[in-house]
Amino acid sequence: MEKKRKQLRIFEIWRRLKKNRLAVVAFFILILLILTAVFAPLLAPHSYSQQNAKLANAPPSARHPLGNDRLGRDILSRLIYGARQSLQMGIIAVAIAATIGIALGTVAGFYGGWVDNLSMRLLDIYQAIPMFLLCVSLAAVMGPSLHNAIIALGIGIVPGYARIMRASVLTVREKEYIEAARAINASDARIILKHIVPNAIGPLIVQITMGVGSCILAGSALSFIGLGVQPPVPEWGAMISEARKVMREYPTHALYPGLCVMISVLACNLLGDGLRDALDPRLKN
Amino acid sequence: MTPLLEVRNLKKYFKTRAGLLHAVDGVYFSLDKGKTLGVVGESGCGKTTLGRTLLHLTEPTDGQIFFEGRDITNPAKKDLRRLREDMQIIFQDPYSSLNPRMSVSEAIMEPLILRGGMSKSEMLDRTRQLMDTVGIAARFENSYPHELDGGRRQRIGIARALALEPKFIVCDEPVSALDVSIQAQTINLMLDLQEERGLTYMFVTHDLSVVKYISDEIMVMYLGQVVEKAPADELFCNPRHPYSKALLSAIPVLSIHNKKERILLRGEITSPVNPKPGCRFMARCDYARKECNRPQKLEECSPGHFVLCCRYQEITDK
Repeated sequence: MEKKRKQLRIFEIWRRLKKNRLAVVAFFILILLILTAVFAPLLAPHSYSQQNAKLANAPPSARHPLGNDRLGRDILSRLIYGARQSLQMGIIAVAIAATIGIALGTVAGFYGGWVDNLSMRLLDIYQAIPMFLLCVSLAAVMGPSLHNAIIALGIGIVPGYARIMRASVLTVREKEYIEAARAINASDARIILKHIVPNAIGPLIVQITMGVGSCILAGSALSFIGLGVQPPVPEWGAMISEARKVMREYPTHALYPGLCVMISVLACNLLGDGLRDALDPRLKN
Repeated sequence: MTPLLEVRNLKKYFKTRAGLLHAVDGVYFSLDKGKTLGVVGESGCGKTTLGRTLLHLTEPTDGQIFFEGRDITNPAKKDLRRLREDMQIIFQDPYSSLNPRMSVSEAIMEPLILRGGMSKSEMLDRTRQLMDTVGIAARFENSYPHELDGGRRQRIGIARALALEPKFIVCDEPVSALDVSIQAQTINLMLDLQEERGLTYMFVTHDLSVVKYISDEIMVMYLGQVVEKAPADELFCNPRHPYSKALLSAIPVLSIHNKKERILLRGEITSPVNPKPGCRFMARCDYARKECNRPQKLEECSPGHFVLCCRYQEITDK
């Protein structure tokens, strides 16, 4: 019975989301991208690292629909495998940031007082350092690799999530049902998990979908300057970086991965936009 | 017989930037089992804070609270848990006192889960029973609060308060957010429950017609102090404090022949922050004299009728 109810709620959100055509399109694009990443070995026509000097910078052909890069590797296959790295960067980094941010923001907002002051002042200091610079230095210190880039990104964007969560918790905390929970002996942990977080998380869900897009972008930037994914593993940002050297002669080498980044970021943002409307009960009809 | 609840010199002060806010300032009362104490007063007079302090939703600054003869002013955590099974609260606004993400049955079951000691199916049975008691049809079991009207929501609030079978319930303006027809239904439900289960109520409200109907005894509060306390009928027939007189004169009368004289209060309500020691109603009182600047004492003017005014005799004589 309870499960049915939960499903109904998801249907309800989906029903509202459906009204926003762009969001639905974005949703399917994202699903498609994720499937591409998961089934990359089955989908890719060639190996992503197989070099072929004869085909260096070859134009599109029947065997290589998007042509070959300057080492003769199949661009399409590299794009398909690159989706794995890029999406991982986006999704895992945001997951890290959201987890830390939710925990920090909830505790600061719920307990208030010196806990709140201390954590918010720390975040102030944190935010005084430009986000990207922080990611770059973290990634540089930890050594360039996909995992370190993800961790660096995740840590770099925590303050935004923590602040949104804190603000949201502050409004929920004052609601009468929190007091009502106290009156029936609910512990702090229960109040936070059952009453505060479910009611405060709405604004963050939107921030999360949008965050995935900006993390893909930032991850690409890290790879671009050589601090992210290491060759020969393909990643969209790294591919643009490599293509830079032959940009004038073969602009398409940079164009395709650029388009991939753009499409996935756009899809995330549009879905986030649509979700915000679908999750807001005040915009019910 | 020891009263169910006794409060002595209860004080609750809040620290503000301007100074100490005297929300509840030296309240005394006792309440017998099965009775209803009505607490009336205008917004900001401390009646809600009084109710919340009794349940330790905020801690009292000073004074003593006795429940069934035990001192519960500063209970240990373990005692507080047990105490809250005996003392419950029904909140004012049924639109904000229910978690919007909990279904009706989840909300009513929550106190049972927190008390523990019941199996899942027992709790479900008890929940259905409670829903039946307060008159919510079983088909609403899986509804969410926003799908229900105010009256039904408030019934959920009542069911939650009843779930642990308390002896004493603070009703914090439970009907003021409802429309009039639903108010009557809700109040009748509460009266039925009282009769059935021998509940004791403290009924906080600003609605005088409601308080007359439901209370055995009425306490009139002004700026954190009890200015008058009397059996319900006595207070309505024979109010002694100037503030109570003004308050009661505000009740509309359905008669064109004996027009009641409306006492209009002028002036702002005195600030509850660092109040002067004298009568707090002085600034708005038509009868204010020099002696009103002295601290006032609660005096018994007739058996069971207390008033906090040094001039009540002269005023009545007029």
